[in-house]
Amino acid sequence: MTFTAEEPVTAELEARAEKAESRRGLFLALPSYIYLLLLFALPLVIIGMYSFASRSRTGMPKLEAWNLDSITKLFTDDLIRSIFARSLIVAVLTTTFCLLAGYPFAYYIATRSEKARNLLLVFVMIPFWTNFLVRTYAWRVLLGEDGLITELGRFLKLWDSMLFTLPAVYIGLIYGFLPFMVLPLYAAIERLDWSLIEAARDLYASGWEAFRKVTLPLTKQGIIAGSILVFIPSLGAYVTPDILGGAKTTLIGNYVVNQFLTARNWPLGSSVSMAIMVVMLIATIWYFRSGAKTL
Amino acid sequence: MAAPAVGIREVTKRFGDVVAVDNIDLDIADGEFFSLLGPSGCGKTTTLRMIAGLEYPTEGSITIHGEEMGLRPPNKRPVNTVFQSYALFPHMTVAGNIAFGLQMQKVPEEETSRRVGEAIDLVRLSGMENRRPGMLSGGQQQRVALARALVNRPEVLLLDEPLGALDLKLRQAMQLELKEIQREVGITFVYVTHDQEEALTMSDRIAVMNEGQLLQVATSEEIYERPNTRFVAEFIGETNLITGTVSEPGVVKLADGSLVRARTHSVAGSTVTLNLRPEKIDLHDAEEKIPEHFNKLSGTISRRLYFGDSLFYEVDFGHTVVDAREENRPGRPRFEEGAPIIAAFHPDAAEALTE
Repeated sequence: MTFTAEEPVTAELEARAEKAESRRGLFLALPSYIYLLLLFALPLVIIGMYSFASRSRTGMPKLEAWNLDSITKLFTDDLIRSIFARSLIVAVLTTTFCLLAGYPFAYYIATRSEKARNLLLVFVMIPFWTNFLVRTYAWRVLLGEDGLITELGRFLKLWDSMLFTLPAVYIGLIYGFLPFMVLPLYAAIERLDWSLIEAARDLYASGWEAFRKVTLPLTKQGIIAGSILVFIPSLGAYVTPDILGGAKTTLIGNYVVNQFLTARNWPLGSSVSMAIMVVMLIATIWYFRSGAKTL
Repeated sequence: MAAPAVGIREVTKRFGDVVAVDNIDLDIADGEFFSLLGPSGCGKTTTLRMIAGLEYPTEGSITIHGEEMGLRPPNKRPVNTVFQSYALFPHMTVAGNIAFGLQMQKVPEEETSRRVGEAIDLVRLSGMENRRPGMLSGGQQQRVALARALVNRPEVLLLDEPLGALDLKLRQAMQLELKEIQREVGITFVYVTHDQEEALTMSDRIAVMNEGQLLQVATSEEIYERPNTRFVAEFIGETNLITGTVSEPGVVKLADGSLVRARTHSVAGSTVTLNLRPEKIDLHDAEEKIPEHFNKLSGTISRRLYFGDSLFYEVDFGHTVVDAREENRPGRPRFEEGAPIIAAFHPDAAEALTE
């Protein structure tokens, strides 16, 4: 049965019109669906399956022999456990440092005049104009044997070359991820209704109490969003620890790459990858539970 | 004499090149309901914020019960504010909002909860304690803001256009309620508004401000009946301003040469503006009915508007057009447009203003 647009509307016709509308929506979203399915969901399933596979002599996963060997290894292998623990500590500390440095800075930007605000935001984003790899190599120069920062440390008699040590990895990670903390924090602080701070001061709160009781809780969304945006890439970081860190500072991302490319143990690499994803998933769920509507 | 609740001495506030408040002096008595009235940008809110400590004066002195406030921060002043947008903390409940000030003052928990309960009763919000401000109507939010300030028993309560966001009916109800609460708690209220009717009905005294300056400080009645400037006369209620010259004390000569008796305060020959309220003009069709000592001017009705409770006429006198308002009562004559009439008013109803 067909219907034309110009006839009295009945419940049935209205329902059909609505259905047609939703079909159109699906059609528009189809390219993205296909892209995500082929290049995201499918590889994820494959990695998930590989975690249960066993390793052939050439290093390729054998799907016919399903087992829990690589999963068990995650919990029993001391090396993996220590690398995982180190990565978690690095991710947590990087996030903490970014938050402590990013909050005052975001607050500063958000409280400037509109013109100054936009200029400062451009400054925050300028680093993105240069490739991340190039910028990380620049740190290698700065932190290296004759680098500016090394020279400064020697002059102050405080530090020597930090290249290929854990501090170098921290410097690289905080440098790389700080903008991801500053931007959501800025968005949250900028939205703040300043009359609330005035109300708190009027109601006998000191500057610090007003910050703790009003500003901080009302910018919680920004804190959580920024923390997630820094925590997740820090946990999976590969480039920074690879370029700035040494053999003793292997992080979980480097370990995964090693399993796939050097050790040729795809099942183990896959299960470690899945473990990282689980941790990130828990962190994200915690974020949404905290009441955020958008990431 | 006891020190005033709020004393303002030679206070000026400049924002860059803009003078928001220009050298004002003001005393607000203890227990008074005092309104700062004026158009937006007149400096009334800035004055209020300076009393609260949310702005500091560029020059001058502000005292509260005789104590110099100087650069004291808002949290160290014995005043509380009801903000225009209410500024309720969205992440706290109604009770949490109201308890905030007491908690900051480290009032014992038991006393805090008792006083919060009393404040909630005072503004009739029982049962709403655990709601968030976002779930309340405008009128309810307004009451929370009021309770949150009053619970601290401030020496002076500052209110910044607290009823501005409410619709007319609710605003009128809240006006009465606010006045009632003020009588009950006996705290000095300093009330900022641009609504002249609101100021007239609620205040013990009103200060009319314009362009950073205090024009007149007086009771509602005095402000309405005896405005001291054209600005105050025009800002408060409706009025007619008629230009003339003082021919001798108590007599003003209008543009067409006719003489009217009025209250004059300046010497003969000076140019003045007669302030004549529409409701103080009586319209008649014949001269016989008008008392002897009244001023009489002949004119024609050029427009008539029906208001229900009153009739509004525009009367053309040739040299000027004047608004007149007649109560809609039986026995009063009604006039058609174009009808010739005689307008009469008592000499005391016309005030000759020089500014």
